[in-house]
Amino acid sequence: MSLLFDFVADKATKTIYITREFAADIDLVWDAFTKAEILDQWYAPKPLQARTKEMDFREGGRWLYAMVSAGNTVGYSLVEFLKIQPKTTFSTKNTFSDENGNSIGSASSLVKHTFKAGAEVTTLYVEKVFDDLATLEKLATMGFKEGTAAGFANLDEYFLTLVTHK
Amino acid sequence: MRRDIFQAIADPTRRAILVLIAVQAMTPNAIAEHFDITRQSISKHLRILSECSLLDQKHDGREIYYELKIDKMKEIDVWLAQFRKIMEQKFQQLDDVLFTIKNKKK
Repeated sequence: MSLLFDFVADKATKTIYITREFAADIDLVWDAFTKAEILDQWYAPKPLQARTKEMDFREGGRWLYAMVSAGNTVGYSLVEFLKIQPKTTFSTKNTFSDENGNSIGSASSLVKHTFKAGAEVTTLYVEKVFDDLATLEKLATMGFKEGTAAGFANLDEYFLTLVTHK
Repeated sequence: MRRDIFQAIADPTRRAILVLIAVQAMTPNAIAEHFDITRQSISKHLRILSECSLLDQKHDGREIYYELKIDKMKEIDVWLAQFRKIMEQKFQQLDDVLFTIKNKKK
């Protein structure tokens, strides 16, 4: 099955729009984005791994997770849940943090995930707004480092995915 | 020949080269030492990066140093392209996880 992936960046509004289809029903896709035990399995680009430290999925709650590389924690990220409409949409504020969830630096983004059930697939719409261009520039520098780790991802797995969905 | 930035970073070795020379200018030999591939394929990657207008060459005696040529906007473009790759990869990982969970339920 060929699954839609669309990525549009609007630099003027500092917003990234992503559309992605998943070959699963909305209940499962929703769980995959909101339950720690599933998030930990896919959220970090390999060879990084996400390790949930705290998960409290409710408005005003937060998800604190570590990025782990070869057993070493390389950093923590904090996701604060702002608004939740079950199986429809949730909005978050995302920042880098220390191990206790105290924000580090000013780089942040507001992210809205919207889910739409279809007959065969569930469609996800992501809207990510960066707080200012300076943040985007800062992330650009940091992204280089993160990206390298991701760059050495297991290609075999990637090809397996392609085969699995054909 | 002009290429676009996506081609530059489509390859993990090229992404790693960009990270290396982002920190400091390096000779092709010094770059090659970081990789377990032939000097020839390093040259090929450097040529592609060069065609993407991402490299500056500095000459110091007989040595050529490559450094990252990047203005602010370009940096953002590179990061966006990289972010796109990461999101693609994450979602493919999620495809695998969904596939596994669905199979377990059957």
